[in-house]
Amino acid sequence: MKILVGVKRVLDYNVKARVKADKSGIELANVKMSMNPFDEIAVEEALRIKEAGHATEVIAVSIGSSQSQETIRTALAMGADRGILIETDELLEPLAIAKLFKNLVEKEQPGLVLLGKQAIDDDSNQTGQMLSALTGMAQATFASNVEFEGEALKVTREVDTGLESIRVQMPAIVTADLRLNEPRYAKLPNIMKAKKKPLEIIPVADTGVDVSSGLSVVEVNEPPKREAGVLVKSVAELVDKLRNEAKVI
Amino acid sequence: MTYTAPVKDIAFVLNHVVGLDELASLEGFEDASKDLVDAILEESAKFTGDVLAPLNWSGDQQGSQWKDGEVVTPDGWKEAYSQFTESGWGSLSFSTEFGGQGLPMTVAAAVQEMWHSANMSFGLCPLLTQGAVDAIEHHASDELKQRYLPKMVEGVWSGTMNLTEPQAGSDLAAVRTKAVPVGDHYLIKGQKIYITYGEHDLTENIIHLVLARLPDAPEGVKGISLFVVPKFLINDDESLGARNDVSCVSIEHKLGIHASPTCVMSYGDNDGAIGYLVGKENQGLVYMFTMMNQARHAVGVEGYGIAERAYQKAVSYARDRKQGKTMLGKDADDHGIINHPDVRRILMTMRSNIEAMRGLGLECAAAFDRARRHSDPATREKMQRRGELLTPLVKGWSTEMGVELCSLGVQVHGGMGFIEETGAAQFLRDARIAPIYEGTTAIQANDLIGRKTSRDGGQGMSELLSDMQEVLVQLKQADHLDMKAISKRFEPAIASADKATQWLLGQNDATLPSATSVEFLMMLGRLAGGWMIARSALAALALKKEDGADHGYLDAKIMLARYYAERMLPLVESSEIIVVEGAESTISLDSAQL
Repeated sequence: MKILVGVKRVLDYNVKARVKADKSGIELANVKMSMNPFDEIAVEEALRIKEAGHATEVIAVSIGSSQSQETIRTALAMGADRGILIETDELLEPLAIAKLFKNLVEKEQPGLVLLGKQAIDDDSNQTGQMLSALTGMAQATFASNVEFEGEALKVTREVDTGLESIRVQMPAIVTADLRLNEPRYAKLPNIMKAKKKPLEIIPVADTGVDVSSGLSVVEVNEPPKREAGVLVKSVAELVDKLRNEAKVI
Repeated sequence: MTYTAPVKDIAFVLNHVVGLDELASLEGFEDASKDLVDAILEESAKFTGDVLAPLNWSGDQQGSQWKDGEVVTPDGWKEAYSQFTESGWGSLSFSTEFGGQGLPMTVAAAVQEMWHSANMSFGLCPLLTQGAVDAIEHHASDELKQRYLPKMVEGVWSGTMNLTEPQAGSDLAAVRTKAVPVGDHYLIKGQKIYITYGEHDLTENIIHLVLARLPDAPEGVKGISLFVVPKFLINDDESLGARNDVSCVSIEHKLGIHASPTCVMSYGDNDGAIGYLVGKENQGLVYMFTMMNQARHAVGVEGYGIAERAYQKAVSYARDRKQGKTMLGKDADDHGIINHPDVRRILMTMRSNIEAMRGLGLECAAAFDRARRHSDPATREKMQRRGELLTPLVKGWSTEMGVELCSLGVQVHGGMGFIEETGAAQFLRDARIAPIYEGTTAIQANDLIGRKTSRDGGQGMSELLSDMQEVLVQLKQADHLDMKAISKRFEPAIASADKATQWLLGQNDATLPSATSVEFLMMLGRLAGGWMIARSALAALALKKEDGADHGYLDAKIMLARYYAERMLPLVESSEIIVVEGAESTISLDSAQL
């Protein structure tokens, strides 16, 4: 069984995001980029599944600019077997990403697609769900535990009310939540070997997938700065402020 | 108490100042491409920041403990060490023949800086193993290599260096430990002190390299031999055998590096510890010296590694701590002490010196790499000379500066810096050993004026100064205000070093030069640091012309170099006066008058 793992190159989680001067987006030039932390968890899970003998190959997939190769190499250094980069300089939206993944699913026929539950840059949390709808594969999102039960997976999901266990038939799509595992550190010899592992680069145009977007970004702004608090004299004043100033009740 | 490895700064020096691409073009270093080295630096940053750094303070507070001959390292160290070896970090520059990765020393030095910044006490264990591996690899028989190196390279066995005895510190001629030949091995008897990681619980075996005398050995340094003495003997099937007759009698209570056990080792309390001769009899000191350059270099890296950690703490405190109305704040609320000009002076001094030292440390490592791998024999020779000349500067100057900068780091914190819980004091305490072990600063200075300068009639030094002249020309040709400002101070500094060197070479007797040799070392270190940081400014200036350049970052590199030139390089000029004129008064009193 093959596992496809999505790895997205995002602004490093330690870097404070800054809005570009022209408000067209977030400043990404000359800032540290790294693998989306949820994707790291997905890679780790894929490797553990392979090490447990349930899978034969782990393929790390990224969709993005040429520099996303570094992100794929990181996954290869952790232990993935090969990589695929669908190259595009556009910032694609989840639906386009899901369509491109569907294209790869048809080509590679994986038994399992592991994705991060969301990327920390746009926090969309959509790709896994959309891919499930497009392919008809079962989905198990926000996974905090994955167990094999024959041809099925028993997945524990982190939901608002607590933990939910579901059983899904494979092929399936699982999206990783924070507590699924703790990703390993890449070993030095594996970092060296990663350089020699195959990494296929497919220009987005060659996929024949329509990646056009129905959305356009009007403006990106920083969240408003938090202002200093005031002491209220009475409950009535508090209620009044909540109703008329904050407009929350 | 966090540490974030300065990956961008380290990569900047590798890629734009010391020429990693050129190193990667040398035979045997093909793997060291920019992409691969970037990936290594990133992963090392993650490991050192997440695993080693959090154990630094707890390790200091708990310390290693001795009980009945056993040494227990602080909580979490065993786990961290096994993660360290499983990840293969110890094997970076070792030869592939014994399981290493065969990467350049330059890359290893870049990674090792992170160990020492994150946790100097921890970093010492692999540092010592590296020294022992080098000694065995270069001088021992194939049989000893096959028996010991794979496990040591892997890190499941560690190594130690046993030189010092109570009466034999800087003067190894006084070594008394005895080695008596018995069949295919020797029986070792004697006591060694200050043995870093001489005993601990991190590895299943410890391989001691021990200096000792044969019964018929000539007096002095020509009668010292080097032996491999394992804690556990190795059976023919490579399993661990009986415990050897070597034990840790006690560990020292020290000013710093509390987690690193500094052991008193006793050899041969019963029948004698079984040891195996490395190379030939009576050649021990020669063997030690061939690896000494590497070990000294590694301690120099500690000097700026620990300073980097102190800097990170200082700058973060200076941002948070609000005191008084500041002169440099952007608005009325911007009162972090970082906006006081004198705090800037401290932070700029720390940062610019660290960058200068890092540049020199990596330049020195690159020289040794070229000496090993360059295709042209003349270049190999010149680079060997260069590496050997720079080594006492890296060791002496970087460790002395390490102490000074960690002290400045305490100063930024004010009263809080003097309080242990703040953590700034630990860096100062830890840094203090670096100018002492692996040859004190005075020993480095003797090496610099004797072996490295006088012995070759100043050839290596004049090559170095002429390379500096080339950078001076580039600075002048750059037609840029900051480059001019740098060259204005760089030019007289080079001239001062030249004059001091000529004075030194003109002395018939070593007495006067020895009295000011440390000043000469600091002078040359500071100047060589200026040379490196000037090259970094030139590289930054060139990079600013590229599309999408990171101007904020590159402008900072240039300004740090200018600060260094204007505030550090004048000290080189005053050092010339001290070197040439300060010797006589230094030694004129009769010892009874002191």
